[in-house]
Amino acid sequence: MAFQPYHTKTDRLAHYLYWGVGLGVLLFLILPILVVIPLSFSSDSFLSYPMPGWSLRWYEEVLTSEQWTSALKNSLLIGSAATLLATILGTLAAIGLNYADFKGKNLMLSLMISPMVVPLVISALGLYFFFAEMGLNASFLGLVLAHAILGAPFVLITVNATLQGFDRNLMRAASSLGANPWISFWKVVLPLILPGVISGGLFAFATSFDEVVVALFVAGPEQRTLPRQMFDGIRENITPAILAVSTLLTLFALALLSTLEWLRRRNERLQGR
Amino acid sequence: MELAVENNGPSLKDESRELKIRLRRSQRRQKMKALLLVAPLFLFTLIVFITPIALMMVRSVESPEVQNAFPETSKALMQWQATELPSVDIYALMVQEIRQSWADKTLSQAAQRINYEDPGFRSLLTRTARQLSRGSAPKTAAEAKALLIKTNAQWGELPTWQVIKNTAPAYTSYYLLTSLDLQKNAQGDIVAAPEDQGIYVNIFLRTLWIAFVVTMICLVLGFPLAHLLANAPSKYANLLMIGVLLPFWTSLLVRTSAWVVVLQKNGLINGLLESIGLINEPLILLFNRPGVYIGLVHILLPFMVLSLYSVMKSIPGTYMRAALSLGAHPVVAFFKVYVPQTLPGVAAGFLLCFIMSIGYYITPALIGSPQDQMISYFIAYYTNNVINWGMASALGAILLLASTLLFVLYARLSNRNQIKMG
Amino acid sequence: MNYRKFFVTALAAGTALAMQSAQARPLTVVGWGGAAQEVQNKVYFQPFEQQTDSKMSQDSYSGGLAKVKAMVDSKTVTWDVVTVEDPELLRGCETGLFEPIDWKIVGAEDQFIEGATSECGVGSYVWSTALAYNTDTLKVGPKNWADFWNVQKFPGKRGLRKGVKSNLEFALMADGVAPTEVYKVLSTPEGVDRAFRKLDELKPHIQWWEAGAQPPEWLASGDVVMTSAYNGRITAANKEGKHFQVVWSGQVYSVDSFAVVKGSPNKKQAMQFIGFASQPDNQKNYPIEIPYGPTHKAAVEKVPAKVAKDLPTHPDNLKTALREDTMFWLDYQDELTQRFNAWVAR
Repeated sequence: MAFQPYHTKTDRLAHYLYWGVGLGVLLFLILPILVVIPLSFSSDSFLSYPMPGWSLRWYEEVLTSEQWTSALKNSLLIGSAATLLATILGTLAAIGLNYADFKGKNLMLSLMISPMVVPLVISALGLYFFFAEMGLNASFLGLVLAHAILGAPFVLITVNATLQGFDRNLMRAASSLGANPWISFWKVVLPLILPGVISGGLFAFATSFDEVVVALFVAGPEQRTLPRQMFDGIRENITPAILAVSTLLTLFALALLSTLEWLRRRNERLQGR
Repeated sequence: MELAVENNGPSLKDESRELKIRLRRSQRRQKMKALLLVAPLFLFTLIVFITPIALMMVRSVESPEVQNAFPETSKALMQWQATELPSVDIYALMVQEIRQSWADKTLSQAAQRINYEDPGFRSLLTRTARQLSRGSAPKTAAEAKALLIKTNAQWGELPTWQVIKNTAPAYTSYYLLTSLDLQKNAQGDIVAAPEDQGIYVNIFLRTLWIAFVVTMICLVLGFPLAHLLANAPSKYANLLMIGVLLPFWTSLLVRTSAWVVVLQKNGLINGLLESIGLINEPLILLFNRPGVYIGLVHILLPFMVLSLYSVMKSIPGTYMRAALSLGAHPVVAFFKVYVPQTLPGVAAGFLLCFIMSIGYYITPALIGSPQDQMISYFIAYYTNNVINWGMASALGAILLLASTLLFVLYARLSNRNQIKMG
Repeated sequence: MNYRKFFVTALAAGTALAMQSAQARPLTVVGWGGAAQEVQNKVYFQPFEQQTDSKMSQDSYSGGLAKVKAMVDSKTVTWDVVTVEDPELLRGCETGLFEPIDWKIVGAEDQFIEGATSECGVGSYVWSTALAYNTDTLKVGPKNWADFWNVQKFPGKRGLRKGVKSNLEFALMADGVAPTEVYKVLSTPEGVDRAFRKLDELKPHIQWWEAGAQPPEWLASGDVVMTSAYNGRITAANKEGKHFQVVWSGQVYSVDSFAVVKGSPNKKQAMQFIGFASQPDNQKNYPIEIPYGPTHKAAVEKVPAKVAKDLPTHPDNLKTALREDTMFWLDYQDELTQRFNAWVAR
């Protein structure tokens, strides 16, 4: 965003203000997460500064304990599966809701977003009793279904929002040009609503990745997820081990996203854009 | 779609009728298609979620405990006028059924149920049962009455029997009324609960208010950031996006603990302000309402930002450019042209943040004062700590009802502003 | 309840599957998770596995009865032995969530300290909520709850647990009620009023904690000058180099027990485990790791003197101690919790 000679002083000021506010909010989001990272190297078990000394004991605990590694594996597995299910079902439903008007639409919508509204402890109990009948408690499938139910409303709401601005003529144009509905979905609809689908999927994943109440009821020892492992023993102690985990995850996410960004830029360069 | 057909010739009429039929048929096909698309999620939610939750919610009006323990006495007491002590026959029934239910282990649940309405009744009933089951059964009804009153004088008082009568029916309004700070008086009229028992209406209002404030803060902070993300050149935007996504990898527990480290009395903020000489006394930033707002906003902000972002990303730049080229002032163009197009995102973000902040009770529990606890905290308390599932379901049902009403209101409002939520 | 029956039969197909998997599972023991469970694992679980040449499965929870009740109600019991607090134990026992203890297998009912055994539970350790402060910030510390209330002498915030339990007891003791009289006074409406009035005095100075991890954190960071706290965490902090002091005067102690979930398919093995975990030679190892007192009389004597002085059950520490009256709280917890929340909001 280079300044053009015709930009006035106020324009520039507004421009700086605009970036300043945006970046300020971003700092609010990430600074607190960053400032506690040093505490994960603390030699004692207290979560406050000043630290008495440095050590890697919490990383050692996290990386060598089978509980932590299997919890991470479970969380990634269950989170991805639940996200996939929630994203597919939620996206289809959002498209359906915007496809035509029909009776009881608002009722259906409010029922489908109710998993967000019902307090988690009550959902957890209800799901427990239901899964008990089906033999789904303490199984991966059970937890995936439970988390998919909790995640689907997010996808539904975000995709629905992106569809509001969607011009239905585009689909008509596609079909008049001979595209079947399947092709027009992939080539026309999906690219346009993709930001909503991705955001919704992220929300669904975050929900599963940070959900402890339903997991406590529905999961058995085999399906112990990361948040459960983090809340484990909270009656007595919150250990810097949770900070070590979040530091590792942050590094992992940074590496992943930077790699993606690097690939994208390389791709752009190669295409000569 | 009214076609003016009255004054036309017969042939035209037929044609238009055929057109109508074809239109209707195609509309029906569209409807079917739409329903087919919605069906998977709808059925999934209905079977796996709505049904089990509905079964939980029924508990908010069920009250089977007293009838299970004292079936005959309950029947007799429901006939009883409650103006003077019950007849000796009822005493005899009661003695027999206390002994029976003590042996069957159904007495305790009834005792707990009655204890909700009359604290102390649990120990009265269990003490009585323990004593009665030690001795032999009374031979006559009069003997039974004397025996019962001998174990505890309260059995000779009218209120003791009235409360059993009140809890005897299989369905009760007690849980729902208590959740609304109401109670039934001796005449059966619904009146306000005494001041030191009526807490829930306040907590409901507090919950909604906290959720509203948090959502508004998220909107105000999230809008500029989302706009920046959606419109900055992609080499910057992607970097910024990494920042927004980072919190998703960080547990709620970590983020809440982080705010404690930052905001506590001897925390980083106070340390910083003190070292540059801005304050002498540490500021109280935690264990109060502002602390709760900060913690919740931090957790929910990414949801708002991404909801706004996904809509802003799909807004074509042409309208804004058109407005500017037609000579509109940038600020006017922004509010008149750009903002209305973001409203679906605003609505989605608002809905997400609002509903989610109603449910997040762990953060207020850890960094709020007791005046900042939200309703889910109490629902969890009743579910887990004292297993009073009737009360938990009643509070949950009212929360659900309130949220649904707000949702309907919201859908109306957004429909009027042409942001259809469906 | 027809609708529920209908629902149940409609879905009965899956039940057979669930039953099968429920039967073949190993003995499952459940603790509080975290460091506490690691100690249980070291002191009880692993030795039991070795002795009986069997494999156990472990799970953890953070207290409360909801999951146990859900298991019993739906007849899908996947936990066998659960570590429970006193109120949950008695409440669960009364409402049929726990099996009665089979003393023929567990053995030696009369060998436990008073109040450690009940119909459905065998006490495993005694823990306490006591006054604690940081000697680095307070050179001359409080001696009792009356000092805790003395904001002139000791200015600064105080930590108390968010909730009504224990706090009413502390308030009455601060108001001069002898520990032996506390529950007698609390059983009267005037006594409850008196306790709340006393809490009123301190209200602006209280910072309420929710998780047991918070009070030691706050003592370390200097956010509070003194606090009520679980004694175990305070001693653990001192092992890490902090200089916290527990004031035993007016401590309120309680017992955590092992109980067997009703309908457990491994009931006999569960009782055997509880018997094993109650033997003095096994119990005496627990306080060495976490300073909670043993419940078996012989184990109390076997604990090394250096460890014993930090236990709630040490004779010196018991002098003005108060045993939490679980029966009182079963009767009045609902009512007093509502009142507490109304009071706090004023």
